[in-house]
Amino acid sequence: MAERELLLGDEAVALGAIHAGISGAYGYPGTPSTELFEFVQGCAEAEGIHAVWSANEKVAYEEALGMSFAGKRSIISMKHVGLNVAADAFVNSGVTGIHGGLVLCVADDPGMHSSQNEQDSRYYAKFALVPCLEPADQQEAYDMARVAFDLSEQTKLPVVMRIVTRLAHSRADVVTGDRSPQNAMNPLADTFNFTLLPTIARVLYQRLTDKQPDLEARSERSPWNVLLDGPDHSRGVIVNGIAWNYLGEAYEGRIPYPVLKVGQYPAPVAKIRALLEMVDELVILEEGYPFLEEMIRGVTGVHGKRIRGKLDGAVPRCGELTPMIVAKAMGLPVPDGMAPTLEVVPNRPPTLCPGCGHIDAFAIIKAALAPWGDVRMFGDIGCYTLGYYPPHNAIGSCVDMGASISMASGAAHAGMHPVVAAIGDSTFGHSGMTGLMTAIRENTPMTLVILDNGTVAMTGTQKTMCTGEDLVNIVKGLGVDPDHFKIIEPHRAKAAEQAAILRAEFEYRGTSVVIARRPCVQMKRKGG
Amino acid sequence: MKYDIILAGVGGQGILSIAYLLDHAAIARGLRFKQAEVHGMAQRGGAVYSHMRISDAPILSDLIPEGHADMILSVEPLEVQRYLNYLRPGGVVISNDEPVKNIADYPADGLVDAALMALPRAILVDAAGIASAAKMSKAQNMVMVGAATPFLPFQWAEFEPFVQRLFGAKGDHVVQANMTVLEAGWRVGAFAKELLDAGVSSALVGRFLARLQPMTLDPAAARGYAGVLEGVRAQAFLATEGARVACDTALLNTLSA
Ligand SMILES: Cc1ncc(C[n+]2csc(CCOP(=O)(O)OP(=O)(O)O)c2C)c(N)n1
Ligand code: SF4
Repeated sequence: MAERELLLGDEAVALGAIHAGISGAYGYPGTPSTELFEFVQGCAEAEGIHAVWSANEKVAYEEALGMSFAGKRSIISMKHVGLNVAADAFVNSGVTGIHGGLVLCVADDPGMHSSQNEQDSRYYAKFALVPCLEPADQQEAYDMARVAFDLSEQTKLPVVMRIVTRLAHSRADVVTGDRSPQNAMNPLADTFNFTLLPTIARVLYQRLTDKQPDLEARSERSPWNVLLDGPDHSRGVIVNGIAWNYLGEAYEGRIPYPVLKVGQYPAPVAKIRALLEMVDELVILEEGYPFLEEMIRGVTGVHGKRIRGKLDGAVPRCGELTPMIVAKAMGLPVPDGMAPTLEVVPNRPPTLCPGCGHIDAFAIIKAALAPWGDVRMFGDIGCYTLGYYPPHNAIGSCVDMGASISMASGAAHAGMHPVVAAIGDSTFGHSGMTGLMTAIRENTPMTLVILDNGTVAMTGTQKTMCTGEDLVNIVKGLGVDPDHFKIIEPHRAKAAEQAAILRAEFEYRGTSVVIARRPCVQMKRKGG
Repeated sequence: MKYDIILAGVGGQGILSIAYLLDHAAIARGLRFKQAEVHGMAQRGGAVYSHMRISDAPILSDLIPEGHADMILSVEPLEVQRYLNYLRPGGVVISNDEPVKNIADYPADGLVDAALMALPRAILVDAAGIASAAKMSKAQNMVMVGAATPFLPFQWAEFEPFVQRLFGAKGDHVVQANMTVLEAGWRVGAFAKELLDAGVSSALVGRFLARLQPMTLDPAAARGYAGVLEGVRAQAFLATEGARVACDTALLNTLSA
């Protein structure tokens, strides 16, 4: 029965997946994807769906693949950089193909509202040779998620759903539809497909490439790839995803030009050609990288046609689209907008919460490092990355999850001393253990400080896997020298004594680990 | 019919509770809405905002185009300045007057309010005063919802079922107390709207409101003051400091005599 619900884009995908009969939801938190998993988690028990956060995105993807092997449907969600971590499993799952429907929803972050880069996941889908769906609004997000599972089972391939921050975190009303039951248990009998030995993989890769014409044909007739005519053929427009909304907004819904709205990949080349034939100039408005634009321009451009987009500067190359950017690219007048009435409007950057244990930890670590001057730590990703800013001045790098430890090792190999790495408990569980194991085996002269605040704080205090005694046991198990494994509860009142403990480890010419343990105040507030 | 609202504040002030009430009121009236939120990194005490669009027709963009917002509704006065480029000519600014000074270079006292009062249509709301007078110091956002209501297609009492959903678990008295401060906010907003519509400047409206007890404001009587506020008696009244007075016929007689 049709109902209207108020849903974030993330939640619309989640509900579509639930209505498509998923048996599992897998993921690792990451803005702007987190609310997708959390929505499923909220009703997992009632719906009989397995929904427990995974240690990282690769684990999540492989768990989903296992569920697919058993014949059941599942959704995996992650932020765009998470797909770098899951890429090995993802790309190979294109070759194996799937059994039960498998949909990967990946949330890109154009504009980098809370990310290290703005990579465009459509390239990953193309790389793995699998279909990709890209909704323009919350309703499409819901509708596509349902259909994506059928597409996955019909093509026997994983299907990517690409969403972006402004859809993931925007709420609107969605009309929902019927629900499908979960698939029955039906493990794959012939395990040939999932055993990528080279002789088998060659067969399967051929099969994957043979599927491409079918995927292309599906894109051509997809209801998500629509070519709309308009009265004025001096110009045509191609939009993907939410760029459609900005274009419509600019013309108050009455776009005078032919428009190709792209929502399913591989790109619908026949429709692109048809549009090109109709018009003199083509404007390509893409939320993300100039993916379609590069393809259409090729090396030589399109003879006799002017192509405009991110590559000729008609649209800024970096950052997200906005209604204003789109209106400008279309040559429409845009209002200047009112200027501030205050001479200087100071920035208000995010900061660590008052009472956050990371603040005291940084103060104590900096005090311990003082004899060596203004040394910063190799940092990682989490709330503690804000330790880069004054007054802390404690963090000196943030690249990808786990990089703190391995980068510190490399710097130590080069002869730097002292070398200190700082990582959060969840990030350690995600990607830190292997780096630490490597350092310990070599006894690389570096100190790792694990900031155990008992939660995945940055993304909204989800449950962490590596905290308290579990974390201690993991570190011990990796083989650290017990004489150089310390646990402190960082506190201003004990600063001198704790700085001395740390300084002794910084001086030590081998691998040492210090756990700085203090609960996150936000987690405590939420009763965690 | 459309209402584009930029909601602004500082991470931790709970602007999404305001959005929740406006969204649900819109849906209850069968209106369409879209609301782009900010999550993640920006929430740790940094600047946060949300684009809210309410309309009787389908809404395309999740983001409000610059120069199109009908209202900036801010729970912190400095934050308004970041979004003025979104305000359309004739749009209104409604801001809580209580600063959040979690940055070292926060402008000196008085500058922020003065900058807002320089806008053609701005209302500064003493949300802290109104909320704490009702012993509901945490309910400043409810005051702001109330103050915004006269500019939106809602009656203040329409929010009750959604206030009930937010606070019902804490008991009926909590729901009622929230509705009381919401009504007080509505009185301030509606009274100020009448004066602004009658051509009184933001600054004069602000100075006048600062002398009045919110619960005694009768929006229907507001226009009566529009003609007298520039007068000698009213100016003398505004020049004095002192406790807030009731806004009643006695006051109108005093000011207009
Ligand atoms: C590969 C990848 N996955 C997810 C994220 C999103 N993310 C950023 S910080 C963070 C959590 C960090 O938790 P923790 O290490 O415990 O530090 P805390 O925030 O609690 O201080 C996550 C999941 C990311 N940046 N990269
Ligand atoms: S959320 Fe927790 S870990 Fe993050 S800054 Fe606040 S107190 Fe610190």
